[in-house]
Amino acid sequence: MGSTSVEPFAEALAEEYMSRHPGEKIFVQGGGSSAGIQAVRTGSAEIGMSSRNLIDSEKDLIAVPIIYDAIAVIVHRENPLNDLTLDQIRKIFSAEITRWVEWGGKNHPITLVTREEGSGTREAFQKLIMGKREISLSALVQDSNGAIRQVVTDDRNAIGYISLGLVNDRVKALKIGGIEATVDNIQHQRYQIVRPFLFVFKSRPQDLAKDFLDYILSPPGQKLLVQEGLISMNPIPESKKEARR
Amino acid sequence: MSKEKILEKSFLLIALSSISILGLIAFFIFEQGIPLIWKIGLNSFLLGDRWFPSKESFGIFPMIVGSFWVTLGSLVVGVPLGLACAVFLCELTPPTFAMILRPMIQLLAAIPSVIYGFWGLIVLVPLIRESFGGPGLSILAGSLVLGIMILPTIISISEDSLRALPRIYKEGALSLGATHWQTIWRVLLPAARSGIVASVILGMGRAIGETMAMIMILGNAAQLPRSILDSARTLTTNIGIEMGYASGDHRQALFATGVVLFFIIMILNSLALLVSRKGKA
Repeated sequence: MGSTSVEPFAEALAEEYMSRHPGEKIFVQGGGSSAGIQAVRTGSAEIGMSSRNLIDSEKDLIAVPIIYDAIAVIVHRENPLNDLTLDQIRKIFSAEITRWVEWGGKNHPITLVTREEGSGTREAFQKLIMGKREISLSALVQDSNGAIRQVVTDDRNAIGYISLGLVNDRVKALKIGGIEATVDNIQHQRYQIVRPFLFVFKSRPQDLAKDFLDYILSPPGQKLLVQEGLISMNPIPESKKEARR
Repeated sequence: MSKEKILEKSFLLIALSSISILGLIAFFIFEQGIPLIWKIGLNSFLLGDRWFPSKESFGIFPMIVGSFWVTLGSLVVGVPLGLACAVFLCELTPPTFAMILRPMIQLLAAIPSVIYGFWGLIVLVPLIRESFGGPGLSILAGSLVLGIMILPTIISISEDSLRALPRIYKEGALSLGATHWQTIWRVLLPAARSGIVASVILGMGRAIGETMAMIMILGNAAQLPRSILDSARTLTTNIGIEMGYASGDHRQALFATGVVLFFIIMILNSLALLVSRKGKA
């Protein structure tokens, strides 16, 4: 159990795995990265799903990146803007720039939309884009990617960020510094707003958990994730490095 | 032991077990929340206006203010409507019609709060965004929805207290030449005052405790709101929205938010009890 960002993908994987191995049962549950990590520690779940890196007090657990996810900055479909630099995004989300007019856009106040504290998407956004700056407290806070997408769909003045795989044609994903969030750009590390999805274990995975993990890291498992909008990046050496910790 | 004694004891046991559940919940919240309040200090927890749990800054003042404004707003919407409705049901409508109306009002209480939230999000929020500007997800939207949600509490308790008045009050006023309206306004409402106040306080309790609908329509910005068109976060939504991913001190800070909420609800409920007892004495 764990991150709601990983949950839908884990569900698809579990379904596929179970259809290949009749008789095996894998239950997938959301609840959030922390809840998942907590569940692994207490033993109520065998595998925790996390969309954020482990914090220091959680480093006794084993984390394996299964796939990578890019974060897209999205605006309303009718927003004339197509491209922002990292610095501009930073200034917008820290409320230094508060009106769209500053790029000759519409003269409207910007509605910031962010995820809640503790969310893996927010943590990644903070680390990859904001750096030391804080996301403004005046930002609206929504507790899922879907809710952010909904607000940005409805509000012409809104700007938010969600997983690339969840961007649809009702919102517009911006280029960042002129670079579009495409698979090619991400694999060649030109688009760098990318984070890992982790599977978390209490000890070295065994039996069903190990078999399931192996399946996910195998080409068919990775292919399934890529079809869902995630990005595979030579994940096998990466996972060994992580697992040794 | 007689059969009666056995029954008596078993009922006592059942009653005690339900109270002990309350005790357990309270114990758990306090055990988890108090250490954090101790660590960062009561003042900086209650009066700090910066909520950045990832940077170890835990100020819940914006949430206290948010809860206050949303609750006040819901009372501004709910109390006049609810009282008018109670008077109407009790005094101004034929009993048969009241018999049809009353279950419909009870039905309002049976609608799950997520449905209220959804309705607010789909209907009210765009309306507010189009007509007043701002994000639409705002204190105004939250107050309107909460105002409707507390109606059943206010209506049923106020109506009960109006009905409980001795007939002689009304008959006396009417026979002295007061009109029906004067009787309601000058005699019946003041006489039922304690029940009405209790209903308002219980409505407040409901408003402060509401979470799901508020997460959906308040926007949840952890800022000090400057107008009713601003987004706000209440104490309950602070817990509800962040519980899933919180760990360590952050998790404890949410329990500590629960401690504050616990005290506010306790104070409100004791007030309601006090007022309604005073009315009967």
